[in-house]
Amino acid sequence: MPTTRRQFLNLAGGVTVAGTVPIVTLRPLQATPAMLNAAIRNLVGEAQLRSGRIRLDIPPLVENGNTVPMTVSVASPMTTDDYVKSIHVFNEKNPQPNIANFYLSPSAGRAQVSTRIRLADTQKVVAIARLSDNTFWQVAADVVVTLAACTEEMN
Amino acid sequence: MAALINVPSKAKRGEIIEIRTLTSHIMETGFRHTADGKLVPRDIITTFICRYNGAEVFRADLFPAVAANPYLSFFTVAKESGKLEFEWIGDNGYSSTASASITVE
Repeated sequence: MPTTRRQFLNLAGGVTVAGTVPIVTLRPLQATPAMLNAAIRNLVGEAQLRSGRIRLDIPPLVENGNTVPMTVSVASPMTTDDYVKSIHVFNEKNPQPNIANFYLSPSAGRAQVSTRIRLADTQKVVAIARLSDNTFWQVAADVVVTLAACTEEMN
Repeated sequence: MAALINVPSKAKRGEIIEIRTLTSHIMETGFRHTADGKLVPRDIITTFICRYNGAEVFRADLFPAVAANPYLSFFTVAKESGKLEFEWIGDNGYSSTASASITVE
């Protein structure tokens, strides 16, 4: 049966809606450049990095890498015996692998932090949470940057 | 230095409240060069601390990858009425503070 115009428009509309929904891009964690890897190992040591529980909200496409909004949240009851100790954010291609470290306590109530960051290139951003039982949870997101930050000339 | 603090003025006991802070700072990365090739020295805020009636509830280490005029949002449990104090510490002896009051019912 040939596709009618209406069917086609319905389909196109559906695709557009689906296309705007994913604010978070969750991909399988790839092999990382050496600096990022070293920074992460420096933090976690030999501990295993698990995926899940942690969520990174960052736009998949940013026009200006000078200020990129970012939110990290961790599913945690935030009680005195089960809470998020710290959240660490890393990048792949800025001059330095670190972005920020956040230290929380059970008094936070909710393990969620937002800030604005700089990205020098299209790259992967990694967030790692350290829980009170010393397990590490990781999430990564790919961000496409059209105007890079950090390295431009100063006037 | 100017800072914008957003803390609810009133909260119920045990309520989880969001705290938002914005301070003005250039956050010079130390990776940029002037037109004649000189490196612009790093000048960033390295540490942020939030204290609730004297007890630390949140701390952050910031790196050059944090955008200029650092914005931070985080949460805390409204335990008692009192004062939230904020402190930013950075390169070249930079230090700035701000505070906000909260009434817990």
